[in-house]
Amino acid sequence: MKNVAKVKLACRGVWKVFGRGAEAYLAGKPSPEMLTPDAMARAGLMAGVRDVSIEIGEGEIFIVMGLSGSGKSTLLRCMSRLIEPTAGEVLLEGKDLLKASEAELIDIRRHKMGMVFQHFALLPHLSVLDNVAFPLAIQKVAKAEREQRAREVIELVGLGGRENAFPRQLSGGQQQRVGIARSLAVKPELWFLDEPFSALDPLIRGEMQDELIRLQRVLKKTMIFVTHDFDEAIKLADRIAIMKDGRIIQIGTPEELVMRPATDYVAAFTRNVQRAKVLTARSIMGPVNGMIAGDGVRAGDKIADVAPIVINAGKTMAVIDESGMIIGTLAPQAVIDTLIGRDGRA
Amino acid sequence: MTTLALRLGSAPRSYYWLLWLLLVVATYVLWSQPELAKGLVKYPRGMIVPLMAWISAVSKWCVDNLSVFTRAIAAIIDVPFQLAISLIAKGFMNVSQEVVFPRFSWIGIIGAMAIAGYALGGWRTGILSFFCFLYIAVVGKWDSAMLTLASVVLCVPIGVVCGLLFGILAFRLKWLDDWVLRPSLDIAQTMPAFAYLVPILLLFGFGPVPAMIATVIFATPPMVRATKLALEQVPEEITSMADMFGCTRRQRLWRVMIPTAKPLLLIGINQVIMMTLNFVIIASMIGAGGLGFDVLTALRRLAIGPAMEAGLAIVVVAIALDRMSVAAAHEDRRWRPPAEANWAQRHPYVVMAAACLAVTTLLGVGIDAFADVPNWLEFSTKTFFDEIIKWININFHDAIEAVKVWLLVNVLNPFRNLLVDLPWVTVVAATGLLGFQLSGWRLALLVTPLILFPVIVGLWDKTMFTVYLCAISTFVSALIGIPIGAWASTRDWGNRVVTVIIDTLQTMPSLVFIIPGVMLFGIGDVSAMIAIVLFAVAAAIRYTNHGLRQVPSHLIEAAVAVGCTPRQIFWRVKLPLASPEIMLGINQTLLMALAMLVITALVGTRDLGQEVYIGLAKADAGRGMVAGLCVAFLGIVADRLIVAAAKRARRRLGLPDEQ
Ligand SMILES: Nc1ncnc2c1ncn2[C@@H]1O[C@H](COP(=O)(O)OP(=O)(O)OP(=O)(O)O)[C@@H](O)[C@H]1O
Ligand SMILES: [Mg+2]
Repeated sequence: MKNVAKVKLACRGVWKVFGRGAEAYLAGKPSPEMLTPDAMARAGLMAGVRDVSIEIGEGEIFIVMGLSGSGKSTLLRCMSRLIEPTAGEVLLEGKDLLKASEAELIDIRRHKMGMVFQHFALLPHLSVLDNVAFPLAIQKVAKAEREQRAREVIELVGLGGRENAFPRQLSGGQQQRVGIARSLAVKPELWFLDEPFSALDPLIRGEMQDELIRLQRVLKKTMIFVTHDFDEAIKLADRIAIMKDGRIIQIGTPEELVMRPATDYVAAFTRNVQRAKVLTARSIMGPVNGMIAGDGVRAGDKIADVAPIVINAGKTMAVIDESGMIIGTLAPQAVIDTLIGRDGRA
Repeated sequence: MTTLALRLGSAPRSYYWLLWLLLVVATYVLWSQPELAKGLVKYPRGMIVPLMAWISAVSKWCVDNLSVFTRAIAAIIDVPFQLAISLIAKGFMNVSQEVVFPRFSWIGIIGAMAIAGYALGGWRTGILSFFCFLYIAVVGKWDSAMLTLASVVLCVPIGVVCGLLFGILAFRLKWLDDWVLRPSLDIAQTMPAFAYLVPILLLFGFGPVPAMIATVIFATPPMVRATKLALEQVPEEITSMADMFGCTRRQRLWRVMIPTAKPLLLIGINQVIMMTLNFVIIASMIGAGGLGFDVLTALRRLAIGPAMEAGLAIVVVAIALDRMSVAAAHEDRRWRPPAEANWAQRHPYVVMAAACLAVTTLLGVGIDAFADVPNWLEFSTKTFFDEIIKWININFHDAIEAVKVWLLVNVLNPFRNLLVDLPWVTVVAATGLLGFQLSGWRLALLVTPLILFPVIVGLWDKTMFTVYLCAISTFVSALIGIPIGAWASTRDWGNRVVTVIIDTLQTMPSLVFIIPGVMLFGIGDVSAMIAIVLFAVAAAIRYTNHGLRQVPSHLIEAAVAVGCTPRQIFWRVKLPLASPEIMLGINQTLLMALAMLVITALVGTRDLGQEVYIGLAKADAGRGMVAGLCVAFLGIVADRLIVAAAKRARRRLGLPDEQ
């Protein structure tokens, strides 16, 4: 998908191996048997990320998900070069990030990257305003200018009026809003979020997800978002990469993952998903047999959204694509089956 | 390598008793037939390494070649010191020693301290600090106290800055920490302070500034540790955040990590203040004036009343400064002034304190009562203390004397003779074997050379004297401290009372502890023991209390559920589970005892401490340093062995390792 979009960030064969002598081990052209977790453990090594290659398009919301310890954070930290990958390359707009000098890296981070942290990582001695203005203060932006900018983003995340509060006076959700505002203060093009909502309780979490969707509609950043919550992933994602033991085992849209899980592991993740919220009319429509009169539903719409229309109509409806062509039919029964999770392989 | 260590370290337990038995038999043989192998019982004189002479020679070379620099450093530090002295103690004088500008008024200083206390810790701290300084004025110790305060005011910032810088270095450069800083800190912590007074005396001369340099060396190590620890404890997310927003290294350190680590750093500063005050008396041995000097001269004359009075004044200053700095560390009401406030509006307390000082000092020009503490206000507690002692001595002299003699004849002397008569080989072998049994060959290889050192340099007898006094005092401290700690662990008010007492004990300069013993028992081992116990018992109480409180409540509930009586719960559940922590408490007690031991040389003991003290008195660098190293090594050996034992105990009890 999104072939039209420019590739913003790409990983080619990225490895991160912990342990002494990891570089030498990988540089020595190891055979596939030597790269199994067991073999590496015998050499005293432990791979956090194994051979990851991905391309993330401009303006895309790319979600990395997997169980705890699967290497999500490690991958994110490799992509932002917070840690040095042991092998592979990370291309930012075609330039190898790993070859950037320290000064270049600082410059890239100051202007192109923003990150939101799981435990907020706010500075306890600074007020909300100063925390948000911190990335600008680091760049020695004049005080008036940076506070003006900070106020703008604080307003944007809905914290207007709390500028002078200190982090410990805020609730978890509010603290994370500060974290988000801070990451936006420098107008980053690449936005990294490492489990930003995991430390929040479920109600606030849902609220924050909606907030993020709202923000993204305005900002259109390239977003790399780590989570271990599949519901969160399908709510936000353009594409999802599923990780296990440091490897990416499948990349696809939520729909692709639900319809065609590559392994049982992926299937286990998708099993409890509300399918109607993921599947589109296109993926469950039947063949066109004979002419169907009346309105149709759009192929890209989610079943959950079209269900009232189809069921109210009480008859099979046409499915039309972007160009207005009828490409299939949608029967009320199929919609109901999807809603109650009784389709195909469930 | 590790597998080898594992295999060696866990040699079947059954072999150990055989080895110990062998050692006992060998010792018995050596002891009963000393002719058999004389050199193994008493180390032959001919083989003593003249380390003392070497060190003396090196230090002479240093003095000859380096004193230009060191005296220059001293001269530089002298400038701000003179300023501080003039400001708060003596006033500014012209060449003919006439005061041209008065010192700060005593009322002003009391007021400023009260304001500082209020600003840092609220009403309670403010009032406390007011009364502390008022007390000093009233008992007539104002001038001395201000001299002391002047040096504290300089020592603390220097110590804090040095500690911060070395702490940052230790954090940044792991090799430097592993190979240089950590070992030096270990030695600095266990080495008696007297020992490095000598080289400082030689290099920097006699006077307040060399005393300050010694103080800084003594007080800085905790700040180094606190800084390193504080930086290590900054959450990884915070440092990642700094990197992610493009901080340079310097920005990351100073704008992110140091502010985040501030609470722990402030605790480090508190430690520096306390150590500085602790050192006040010792520093007066190489020329610091003030309260420490008063205590020391009084002690030398055995004038208990004046010593007590000056000692109490130090304690009072210590309490005030301690409370204020602790309050600063726990401060969390960060009041934020309006954005457009000017400097004065943002620092109201500074302005208030300055105004208070200025007004009272100006008033002092005209009104004498503002300039100096008026006589009618002062009263002396000297005679009060002297009367008490007289009364005790008249009424209880015989009883006290009887206790002393009984202790000496039945406990102290026999134990001492036993230790001194042991062949040195036995002690060295036993130490090595214990190290091996507790943790493996690495530990054995560390402790054996360390314990061999006093043998080789010819200080074995004095070392055994030290071990004897230290062991007995630690034993008595444990005997007193563990039950008190256990008692306090079961009730909250007990805990509060004990905590206050321990905190007060620990704010006192160590020399003060000598006073009560001397008061009752005169000079000698018994007084030394009492001083050590008073000083060290705090650690035993604290760790026991803490250890027993930390026993997980579900285990106690389980014990209750199966019908244990409270007594059974204590002996069968709590005590065993708390035993590793209690062992660490004993370890602390022992280290504190060692530190105190040297100071008790003042009351005429015959151990390494006396040796160090003589080195100081004669300005003999070699003698002082070597004896000091012996004490330090003893401390390290004891520390490593007990820590290893505690670790083993934790493993056996299935508790997680420390850290
Ligand atoms: N500095 C390190 N040294 C050694 N191993 C590490 C290091 N950092 C991470 N690992 C290991 O790499 C693996 C992946 O860790 P990572 O933090 O990326 O997991 P994660 O998917 O983010 O999990 P979580 O959901 O708990 O955050 C883990 O097994 C972890 O133990
Ligand atoms: Mg993670």
